[in-house]
Amino acid sequence: MNMDTTFLALPNGAAAPIADLPVLPFDDFRAQLIQAVMQDGLRVSSFFATPADNQPGDFELIAVLADDRAHLLRLAASRVSKSYLALSADCPAFHWFEREIAEVTGLVCENHPWPKPIRFTRPPVGKGADVLPGVTDYLRIADEAAHEVAVGPVHAGVIEPGHFRFQCLGEEVIFLEISLGYQHRGIEKMLVGGPDVRSAQLIECAAGDTSIASAWCYARLLAALSPACQASPAAELWRGIALEFERSANHTGDLGALAGDVAFLPTQSFCGRIRGEYLNMTAALCGNRFGRGYVLPGGLRYLADNKKVADLQAWRKRVHADLTNALDLLFDTPSVLDRFENTGVLAPADAAAVGIVGVAGRASGLNNDIRLSHPYGPYTDRPLSLCAEGAGDVLARAMVRRRELDASNQWLNEALNAATELSADEQTSALSSQHSPARALAPSMIAVSLQEAWRGELCHVALTDSHGRFRHYKIVDPSFHNWYGLALTLRGEQISHFPICNKSFNLSYCGHDL
Amino acid sequence: MMYNVNHGFWWAMFLASLLLAPLLFGIINKVKAFFAGRRGPRLLQLYYDMFKLSRKAGIFSRTTSGVLQLAPIMSLLATIMAMLFVPGGLFRSPLAFGGDVIFFCYLLGLSRMLTILAAMDTGSSFAGMGASREAHFSVLAEAVLFAIVIFLAIVARSICLSDLLSPLSLVTPGISVPAVLLVAGAFFIVILVENCRLPFDDPETHLELTMIHEAMILDYAGPELAMIHYTASLKLWSFCAVLTLLLLPQRVAGPLTGMLLYLALIMVFAVGIGVVESIMARYRFLKVPHLLVGSLAAVLTAVLLLLFF
Repeated sequence: MNMDTTFLALPNGAAAPIADLPVLPFDDFRAQLIQAVMQDGLRVSSFFATPADNQPGDFELIAVLADDRAHLLRLAASRVSKSYLALSADCPAFHWFEREIAEVTGLVCENHPWPKPIRFTRPPVGKGADVLPGVTDYLRIADEAAHEVAVGPVHAGVIEPGHFRFQCLGEEVIFLEISLGYQHRGIEKMLVGGPDVRSAQLIECAAGDTSIASAWCYARLLAALSPACQASPAAELWRGIALEFERSANHTGDLGALAGDVAFLPTQSFCGRIRGEYLNMTAALCGNRFGRGYVLPGGLRYLADNKKVADLQAWRKRVHADLTNALDLLFDTPSVLDRFENTGVLAPADAAAVGIVGVAGRASGLNNDIRLSHPYGPYTDRPLSLCAEGAGDVLARAMVRRRELDASNQWLNEALNAATELSADEQTSALSSQHSPARALAPSMIAVSLQEAWRGELCHVALTDSHGRFRHYKIVDPSFHNWYGLALTLRGEQISHFPICNKSFNLSYCGHDL
Repeated sequence: MMYNVNHGFWWAMFLASLLLAPLLFGIINKVKAFFAGRRGPRLLQLYYDMFKLSRKAGIFSRTTSGVLQLAPIMSLLATIMAMLFVPGGLFRSPLAFGGDVIFFCYLLGLSRMLTILAAMDTGSSFAGMGASREAHFSVLAEAVLFAIVIFLAIVARSICLSDLLSPLSLVTPGISVPAVLLVAGAFFIVILVENCRLPFDDPETHLELTMIHEAMILDYAGPELAMIHYTASLKLWSFCAVLTLLLLPQRVAGPLTGMLLYLALIMVFAVGIGVVESIMARYRFLKVPHLLVGSLAAVLTAVLLLLFF
């Protein structure tokens, strides 16, 4: 196959005229995609349907595949109407995407192995009855020895809503079905017609704990579509610093929560405090602990003077020493290791087949990290080391987090040093002038931007109309890829291990539900 | 020195245990808070909680039968009745009779059975899982408990609880120290499993899927919940008291010193539980039977040591 003629190749954070996107006959499209994913090792970063502009009722399927070896994104499209032969039947990585397409557009994915909605939103066509999240026929085991356990959507902790339905034989889980959609707000729909004043804010709250990665992803998408939104290298450096703070805060919180779930108190409470320190460092940068409003199209909202950089540097060193202590305690305690090891195993083959990304993917031996495979901004000339494990169990996911904390810390050290060496002009260039809504973007373009958010790959795709406004905006949160991985992990596992398996993925409900 | 017979002192100790029992949870939580670098709840928190709960009204699902409502009070009474046979410090129980150790064990068993039945009564899948786990682990714990009773009965040549606990201590002449240590260690493990402590159960968790005891009582509120908390503290107190009596040196200066030492040791065991809970993670359920069967083997080894060395 000649990839260069079948697919439109784009680097990360670039745009091309929609006219350049090859529109293939569906059979060809289907065969090429399946071959690219199953044989050539490309990953599905995004797959969605957008209404075809000339023919009402027709849809254009657009696939964005990540080619990690070539450091490129490969895009292809095809026209369908009413129904098409599902790709999932031959390629599991499309499974969740096709369920979303069917739910959003009303297209029928023939032969789809599991044709159910993923968010339980109102049906797009016809006046169907109201759909309620979680109200569906679950797979059940017709056996008197089996029992069913329903957990959520309201949980015992202060967390987001999601429903989990376990089919068990005694303590063993045979099958877990996860039912989401309670947090659906329609963010992608609200973005259509933008960009406007609200766009950046909406994107930040797609998943609040991923604010920086989301805002940065959006900013780079706009940079590809409008020269006015280009950010200076200094701005990109600071965005990287903020992103690594975000990663450190969340990884620390996750390791503390894992310790809490196996009732190991010291690390739980230390990590709870240390997570707060990283959040406070972010607040010192921009006045918000989650980095809201820091990253704007075109640059940053605030600058940091050299004194602040020196303070942050000293603060980071102190906190990392405390963190190392707390984590040494966790990983040196045999009873903790016993709980983590061989628990919730996601086999590398399964992880690759369903397209797991980020921490969970690297724990199962997948070497995907967008900062390395599709480098951008400050990661281009200052690469991090890849932190991958192979066992795919809770311990591997914890170890990946621990090693990434060290890698981020080292990277932050260098990046903060580099930040002190910026000249005054370079510093000022980082400031964004885009407090007001961006003006019209390049018309009739498609742009793709990938980020390595702390959970994993975050993908934004935008299509602009002839007036340079968003015609379609597609967000694929890392959780979108990974929820199904969690369900796989539980098969044959003890039901009492669900909390630590869940915590070791720590996926976002709102990021998935959008 | 054998046990004194002084009913006045015994009743005083009995009342003291009824009053002081909830303090044990306060001590455990303080120790855990210390290890976690926190201030922790107040020492008397459980008393406040019980007072607060006792002023509320209980709420019961309409789908339940009376078992759910009756279980807490019955379970509390069974536990208090069992405590009547525990020697108070160095004082024999006035109600002691030959074979009361079996009565003691099965009064606690009755209390457990009522809790399990009540859990099944709710029809909740969480409570059902908790009940199943409780029943599973208690079968194994009971075997260890009775092996310990056999060991003590051989030493004391009696099956009356007040006699069983009197002649033994770490320094009893003629009985090997390792045997006593094995039995005391196994009994400490029984305390942890019977009282739903780490590494078997996590009383602090909010994760229903991992709970044992907490899952069974999820449906309770108000005075019934207060009773359940109180029953749990009395049970923990009784077990700590028995362990204390196992190890308490018999030749102490006088009844008053003996009593103070007895109370102090019970508190020390609470501290010990707190330390264990602070420095280790909870076991996976599949590993719990290993530990209990291991304890059984330890006690049987102690019996062999006793019989042949």
